[in-house]
Amino acid sequence: MSISKEILDKIALSRREYQLIVERLGREPSEVELGMFGSLWSEHCGYKHSKALLKHLPLGGQRVMVRPGEENAGVVDIGDGLVLVMKMESHNHPSAIEPYQGAATGVGGIVRDIFTMGARPIALLNSLRFGPLSDLHNRYLFGGVVGGIASYGNCLGIPDMGGEVFFADCYSANPLVNALCLGVAEGKNLVKARAYGEGNLLMLVGADTGRDGLHGASGLASRTFEEERELRPTVQVGNPFLEKLLIEACLELAETDWIAGMQDLGAAGLTSAAVESAARGKGGIEIDVLKVPRREKGMTPYEVMLSESQERMLVIVKKGYQDKVRAVFDHWELHSDVIGQVTVDGLARIKEGEKVVAEVPMNLLTSPPLYRRRVKKPRWLDELQSFNVTSVPDLSPREVGPVLLRLLASPNIASRHSVYRQYDHQVGDNAVVLPGNDAAVLRLKGTKKAISLTTDGNGRYCYLNPYVSGAITVAEAARNSACSGAQPLAITDCLNLGNPERDDIYYQLKECIAGMARACRKLRIPVISGNVSLYNETRDEAIYPTPVVGMVGLIEDVTRHCTSGFKEEGGLVFLLGDNRTVDSSLGGSEYLELVHSLVKGSPSIDLDLEKRLHRCCLEAIKRGIINSAHDCSEGGLAVSLAESCLLGGLGFNSRSWNLEGRLDAALFGEAQSRIVVSVAPKLAAKLEAIASKWQVPVRKLGVVGGGRFIIEGYIDLSLEEAREVWWGGLEKYQ
Amino acid sequence: MKFGIVVFPGTWSDRDCYYALNDVLGQEVDYIWHKETDLSKYDCIILPGGFSYGDYLRPGAIARFSPVMASIERFVCQDRLVIGICNGFQVLCEAGLLPGALLRNDHLQYRCQRVQLKVENNSSPFTSQCKGEQVLRMPISHYEGRYYADDVTLAELEANNCVVFRYSTSTGDITEAANPNGSLHNIAGIINKKGNVLGMMPHPERACEPILGSNDGNLIWESIVVHL
Repeated sequence: MSISKEILDKIALSRREYQLIVERLGREPSEVELGMFGSLWSEHCGYKHSKALLKHLPLGGQRVMVRPGEENAGVVDIGDGLVLVMKMESHNHPSAIEPYQGAATGVGGIVRDIFTMGARPIALLNSLRFGPLSDLHNRYLFGGVVGGIASYGNCLGIPDMGGEVFFADCYSANPLVNALCLGVAEGKNLVKARAYGEGNLLMLVGADTGRDGLHGASGLASRTFEEERELRPTVQVGNPFLEKLLIEACLELAETDWIAGMQDLGAAGLTSAAVESAARGKGGIEIDVLKVPRREKGMTPYEVMLSESQERMLVIVKKGYQDKVRAVFDHWELHSDVIGQVTVDGLARIKEGEKVVAEVPMNLLTSPPLYRRRVKKPRWLDELQSFNVTSVPDLSPREVGPVLLRLLASPNIASRHSVYRQYDHQVGDNAVVLPGNDAAVLRLKGTKKAISLTTDGNGRYCYLNPYVSGAITVAEAARNSACSGAQPLAITDCLNLGNPERDDIYYQLKECIAGMARACRKLRIPVISGNVSLYNETRDEAIYPTPVVGMVGLIEDVTRHCTSGFKEEGGLVFLLGDNRTVDSSLGGSEYLELVHSLVKGSPSIDLDLEKRLHRCCLEAIKRGIINSAHDCSEGGLAVSLAESCLLGGLGFNSRSWNLEGRLDAALFGEAQSRIVVSVAPKLAAKLEAIASKWQVPVRKLGVVGGGRFIIEGYIDLSLEEAREVWWGGLEKYQ
Repeated sequence: MKFGIVVFPGTWSDRDCYYALNDVLGQEVDYIWHKETDLSKYDCIILPGGFSYGDYLRPGAIARFSPVMASIERFVCQDRLVIGICNGFQVLCEAGLLPGALLRNDHLQYRCQRVQLKVENNSSPFTSQCKGEQVLRMPISHYEGRYYADDVTLAELEANNCVVFRYSTSTGDITEAANPNGSLHNIAGIINKKGNVLGMMPHPERACEPILGSNDGNLIWESIVVHL
């Protein structure tokens, strides 16, 4: 066999995979064919290491109309003839190389996935991870990514409702940039990404095709990288203005019956767009690369087929409607060209004029080998989990206040306003709850309904216990939805991990998915879309396994939503959920890392209690009983209480709170399944009755009011002091 | 009476303006594609927010050459009302229909947040329904919103009572801390000397219902309706 190792490395195929191609094809592939295989068999497009595991996630449900993989994004029905279209996708590797454009084009890509289906994008969220901001390069990445997201999303006029951002050493060389987009459509206008109907035309719209982004799918997203500089040309440059025009033109087309389908060009460019849509339509395609408008001279068919130039759409135009469709694009001042047609022979045929440069059966391209391995729990994980809390001294009462301030100032907990104020979160006239709460809330015009949106993920937990923490990731997103008054509807996820060809990473992947699947089943929340981003490692240093969940929830009556901040003086503050002090809840906590520089222990969760807690909280909000709800997460109970004070601008006073067990665990432990709520005194009995109905423990903690945060005997801080450190903790790095 | 909302390629506040005027206030509204030139059926033209032509080159610098702009100039000469919001304000300045310019925010970042505006002139066609020195709450969302003009122009604006809105504290104090972008004299909105063209950076169309946090923006639309 003549193929060189360099060529295979460039397209990230193994020699065995190459032999498989030769075997199935019955001959050696041409250069163009090999490039197409490399892209479509990459982890990014073909999911060869993760597909066997992903099938364990629950995908169906009463409201689910489109499942993962069936289309560009998942779809749920919310009644009133409306559907929500949602997806989250990673753009980690490009952002590591060129943060501003990498993040910007990540937004562009995910937005295209949504309007491709005929849905108007109405919200963006981002889940971000970086190395510590004490390092200048990390600060450059952080600033660049946030700036890139802002520049692209703001230009499109789609509100960015926040999301999350966390910092840990393991993300220094591999930052994570996960972008979520949600759209709304009338169910009848949904467009499928299917190329079907012999003689229907393939029309390429938007930007001209250049050499940018070659090998993005196979090279950047599907292997580890050591020398980042050489990869810079694989990152594309975004043009959000062009994308805005595409949105309007494509949504106009979605309301006509002139098109058979639409598909955006993302990873692996024209190759993946044409082949995947034709495979869904169970037909074939024929493309003439000479008809593809180019940005530069001398491009080979290989380059045209694999370019990842941004802001391009493939529209499958019904025979006879070409002129009408073109008129719509002309109106929006967009360039459109017919580059080929749909066939019925089941082949992907690529021509350069009359010369055929690739001709491969569609089903070979779309059926990469799937790998499944048996792996054991790595020994180092046992060591991490066998953490003995008594090896760490407890806090003395006078140390508690200063530690709370340190936590509030930690970039992992401090106010995120300096990030989200750079995003336009109010365009669209729908934002009811702005970023900075447990979940953002958008009303749906023309209905009484609203939706909640949140993203959640805790890499540190998953590093310590991937199975349990996979479950926690889902549970926390659902808890955040519940705190906003929303019934969880569906999940989209990004699984960010290291190299799955290594046993311990494959173990993490398998366990994370199993844990997520368990929580999804228990809480009855389907996964409707998502992606995997593997190979997030540099020089054998992998990131924490970081599954991120994006969740949409439904609020039937928009006036019955809830926020995290305390609302009125004299309100009573209760803790819903487990109120015993569990020493092991320090495992994996922000406190343990910040104060003792330890990442050890193992989180735990009781999913039965979690489920009852959500129902309890939702009922209390629906009946208008509670004034605020805020879950306990990073920093534990004390931080959660302090945040409710800071968000509401009101103090907290607890005179008779007898802290049991270790002080650090009681205040800063991160036990799951807990929500801090406030309630008017006259409604307290009703809250207790609801809690008892759902068998959720409830405990009174104190009273809202004044200008101080007081837990008598332990903490007495002025709100201004707390606010100053919390407000500036992240802002000072921007 | 009828409002017309101009849509340039890249405009996005068009839909929010339409919603505030039509769905909330029950006014008649049309979208006007930027290539249209006949504005005869409109009583008030709105140049909404967004990124016309991607804000490439400079915000508003390309849009001001759109065919509709020549008609808007004539519209202004006929003493009819034009309001430019955010990108629309930038377009009006680029077109010379309002003095001064909107520069990049002093902190060099995009800013989306709620601000307070003190009404400095409530006798204009756009503010007659506001009380004197009333403080309005509405959001801003821009990268280039720092109002700038030379000293002579500024003095003239002030002398002619053309500064309609200033960024202020909730009690109406004009302070540096209340200024979100470094605008000279805390200027958030101005009118031309004749008083029939208003440009403002904040978004009144985003403050049209209590559930969005404020409906103070409606005072501006209601003032226009009363005037006409």
